Amino acid sequence: MKSIWTLLSWGSEGWLDEIAYGVFVTVSLAAATLPFGLLIGFFVAVAKQSSEPSLRLAGNIYTTIFRGLPELVTLFLVYYGAQIGIQALIRTIQPGATVDINSFISGMVALGVVFSAYVSEVFLSAFRAIPRGQYEGGYAIGLTKGQTMRLVVLPQLIRIALPGLANLWLILLKDTALVSAIGLNDILRWTGVAARVEREPFVFYSFAILIYLVLTIISSFGINKIERSVGEREPAR
Amino acid sequence: MSTSPVAVELAPPAPPRGWPRERVIGYLLVGLWILAGIGMLAYLAAVWNPAWFEKYIPTYISGLKVTMSLVVVSTVLGAIVSLPVAYARMSKNRILSALGYGYVYFFRGTPLLAQTFLIYYGVGSFRPQLEAVGLWPFFREAWYCAVLAFTLNTSAYQAEILRGAIQSVPRGQWEGAASLGLHKLQTLWKVILPQALIVALRPYGNEVILLIKGSAVVALITVADLMGETRLAFSRSFDFQSYIWAAIIYLALVETLRNGIEWIERRITVHLHR
Repeated sequence: MKSIWTLLSWGSEGWLDEIAYGVFVTVSLAAATLPFGLLIGFFVAVAKQSSEPSLRLAGNIYTTIFRGLPELVTLFLVYYGAQIGIQALIRTIQPGATVDINSFISGMVALGVVFSAYVSEVFLSAFRAIPRGQYEGGYAIGLTKGQTMRLVVLPQLIRIALPGLANLWLILLKDTALVSAIGLNDILRWTGVAARVEREPFVFYSFAILIYLVLTIISSFGINKIERSVGEREPAR
Repeated sequence: MSTSPVAVELAPPAPPRGWPRERVIGYLLVGLWILAGIGMLAYLAAVWNPAWFEKYIPTYISGLKVTMSLVVVSTVLGAIVSLPVAYARMSKNRILSALGYGYVYFFRGTPLLAQTFLIYYGVGSFRPQLEAVGLWPFFREAWYCAVLAFTLNTSAYQAEILRGAIQSVPRGQWEGAASLGLHKLQTLWKVILPQALIVALRPYGNEVILLIKGSAVVALITVADLMGETRLAFSRSFDFQSYIWAAIIYLALVETLRNGIEWIERRITVHLHR
């Protein structure tokens, strides 16, 4: 029986190098999902606070569906759905072809739509916190609609939305653990493999939880730093 | 919200006529959703197979029952566990409050899936020790492990909800009750909690919804909940409609609950509306 330090060492004897690769996959998945989710979430929020009822309806359907579905179900829907759909499409051209869907991309799409649905709610309440006078002032000095949004509303919006977005980032980081179910080699997947090979599930799953905890703590520090630097730019009133 | 003492109600501006760009995009997007809905119905109609339904409807129903009982049991147990945790979090004793903070941070800072794995596979690996203290029958069953993991996880979240709600009640309420001669427990029970629970209702509802959604992960430790039965149906029939039906059931469950909570909230805040 190997000692814990051997099990968690770097190299062929231990599993630290594999798990480190898993950390890399987890972090890059969350980091890759973040910009897409923020962008889509922002546009959904814009649609939901529009004066046009049909736009509001379209945005509300989006959030209702992707906030209501379990993340795991969304993940499987995207993973198997894309596989079956694209395979059917390609087989019309080339019969007998098989398609393997990249689990990283599937994970990104599934986590991205769920994340963006929550982001849109955060942005929506931030939009509501910005007084109408800000828009009117922008128009009054001759800015176009787009310029008012970009130069006047957006800087305030981000400051108001930041705490909510920070919370969603932590949730996203934890949700990445689900992609191990579609075979992506993230932290939980590698620790699971190690646990089975070495028959030491308690050691390895505790280690996985510890890594997630460290990632959360690092994120909290980063978030605090960003919030402070954004807060400093707040004009004195 | 208006800041002027006499709110002047202006009629909303008339919607623009014709086809401004926003309306075109809006109709286009709604059209896409309708198309997606029709596409899904067409797909379900195309793969319509009475034999599939006959075979799998009972398994879906039993899976739904497992999901519901898991959520109900862990919510109730979590509420009980959350009481001492919330007490510790609010305590003036440094050590106690640090313990409460650590508990909450641990369970909120790590994935539910990893916690579930740790309890089912990790704790389950201490079989001889567990047998010695007679806990092995508990940790052998995936369902009990899932309930334990979910109870601990939700208790951390519920403790924070409870703490936030109690602290949202102004200090004057405590002082007023004290000056009337009520002792602390009476104050909490008769004055603070009725006001706090109105604030807490929506977060509690959201927590139950999160738990329903989170409960899908127990399928990965072999519990035959709705998701577990869905995975089984999919791997046996290789019929993608298995997942679509699961999605519809989950969505219906969550939406029903969400609307139910909104209804309750409207009912219990009647005295606050003017």
